[in-house]
Amino acid sequence: MSATIAVSGTVPGAAKNIAASVQLGRSRHRTNTVVKSLCVLATALGLIFLASILFTLIVRGFGGLSTTVFTKSTLPPGSHGGLLNAIIGSLIQTCIGTLLGTPIGLMVGTYLSEYASGSKLGDSVRFVSDVLLSAPSILIGLFVYALMVAPFGGFSGIAGCVALAVIVIPIVVRTTEDMLRLIPVALREAAVALGAPKWKMIVMVCYPAAKQGIVTGILLAVARVAGETAPLLFTSLGNLNWSVSLAKPMASLPVTIYQYAGSAFEDWVQLAWVGALLITFGVLAINIAARLVLRVGK
Amino acid sequence: MGDAIFEGLARFAGIFVLVLLGGIIVVLFVGGLPAFRQFGAGFLISDDWDPVHQVFGALVPVFGTLVTAVLALIMAVPLAFGIAFYLTELAPLWFRRPVGTAIELLAAVPSIIYGMWGFFTIVPIMAEYVQPFVIDTVGDLPLIGDFFQGPPFGTGIFTAAMILAVMIIPFIAATMRDVFETVPAVFKESAYGLGCTTWEVMRSIVIPYTRISVVGGIMLGLGRALGETMAVTFVIGNTNRIAHTIFGPGNTIASIVALEFPESESGSLKLSSLLALGFILFVISFIVLAISRILLRPGAKA
Repeated sequence: MSATIAVSGTVPGAAKNIAASVQLGRSRHRTNTVVKSLCVLATALGLIFLASILFTLIVRGFGGLSTTVFTKSTLPPGSHGGLLNAIIGSLIQTCIGTLLGTPIGLMVGTYLSEYASGSKLGDSVRFVSDVLLSAPSILIGLFVYALMVAPFGGFSGIAGCVALAVIVIPIVVRTTEDMLRLIPVALREAAVALGAPKWKMIVMVCYPAAKQGIVTGILLAVARVAGETAPLLFTSLGNLNWSVSLAKPMASLPVTIYQYAGSAFEDWVQLAWVGALLITFGVLAINIAARLVLRVGK
Repeated sequence: MGDAIFEGLARFAGIFVLVLLGGIIVVLFVGGLPAFRQFGAGFLISDDWDPVHQVFGALVPVFGTLVTAVLALIMAVPLAFGIAFYLTELAPLWFRRPVGTAIELLAAVPSIIYGMWGFFTIVPIMAEYVQPFVIDTVGDLPLIGDFFQGPPFGTGIFTAAMILAVMIIPFIAATMRDVFETVPAVFKESAYGLGCTTWEVMRSIVIPYTRISVVGGIMLGLGRALGETMAVTFVIGNTNRIAHTIFGPGNTIASIVALEFPESESGSLKLSSLLALGFILFVISFIVLAISRILLRPGAKA
């Protein structure tokens, strides 16, 4: 490492030129103070953005919160509808999506950590999974559309679940692999020394030991997919009527928010803000819970 | 026996992920094939989007995608750097976790919420204060002034880039913070021992030590910005025209796909063009994310 200390100008010996070295010292400290202040400012700005988002949601959404939101489905403008079908639809799709994606993600994470060290296949799986982690979610929607919606002639709740599952997989992979790698070798050796086959060692020793981390990953995945809009536009489409059938188009909070926020009806826009408030605080709460799970575990 | 089954399952799941990626590429390409066939290479350089005459081109959305993402990066990187610097070197220890968590929560807010926040909170501020001010001052300058003119609608490319910047700040800041923390304390302490100020330690020790990973984090942010859909759709103005000023309206691949998709019949040339756009977006973001991963790989240090 070639770390050259780049101090502006040459450093004059204190004895040679006191005025110049005092000057240099001042300017260095001035630069330091300016940069530090800018950093504090940047952090403050980041916090202001978060506060502004939460503030906007509360100001615009809180007033519209009422029991009808949770007891009635979406209705035509002016007839005091709620968001029940959207909330239930979101719950169903998020749950099934997570249930479909988690086992696959868990197995991939296990493969990467326990079986694939140093192998070409393992390296490419890890690489691809990490790329999928940040891939645009709208493309996953298009993919599932072309795979499940176009050929079978219709938007469906199950297509939405599959799209969300595809998003869940790489999130669970990342945390599972990271958490399994943290388990001490001694623990594994103890299990193997007792005569346990490798799979039993993984399932009965490694998984329980990495439980908190894995749960955190799943919670983060739930929080991520619960707020996804773009992939659902092409798969479960949204549905303004009550429907819990997985074979039919299904409503979801984000898609309903999207449809309502852009509408010209005041009560719909109000409901969109209520939905936005619910989904954001729900998602943030799950995120914080995920962090707490990890911290309690340590 | 059990071992073979379990390992087989795990390996199968791993291969499934590869198939998934391959599947996405193939499905988007095959879906876009009619459009590629119809328009050939001209698809990439045509700025038409005319459903009446069935003429489609990718130039405007590709241009909008790249411009908004790069502008967002220009705004986000200094802020993210400041946040990472503050969180690793400046903040009091007890303060680091709550502030770090708050910044990370910015990344958890759903995209559509950014869209609504942008449209109802940021757009009015832009239209009333920021844009008139910039147009009146910078807009009169020679040469660069032309980029800052036009009616102050509030929406447009610049506003979209701003919202994108807020969305990618937490990703870049988190990566920078993590890699800044990998710098051995001995290096920093030696520099402090020589009398360096905090900023000099940052500039001369921490950044040179971590620069490859820092670039990787920035590329990760770029990859995120390229594919953002809902937030951009709300604020970019959705016009299929290359704007001549940064306050002008435009569109991105993701926003045009989200908006035009409901009006595209299954099997139509328009739908195929949208899938072709999706394929182009996938290729662009795959390249960016792949570079990011390679730079962030453990051991890829200078």
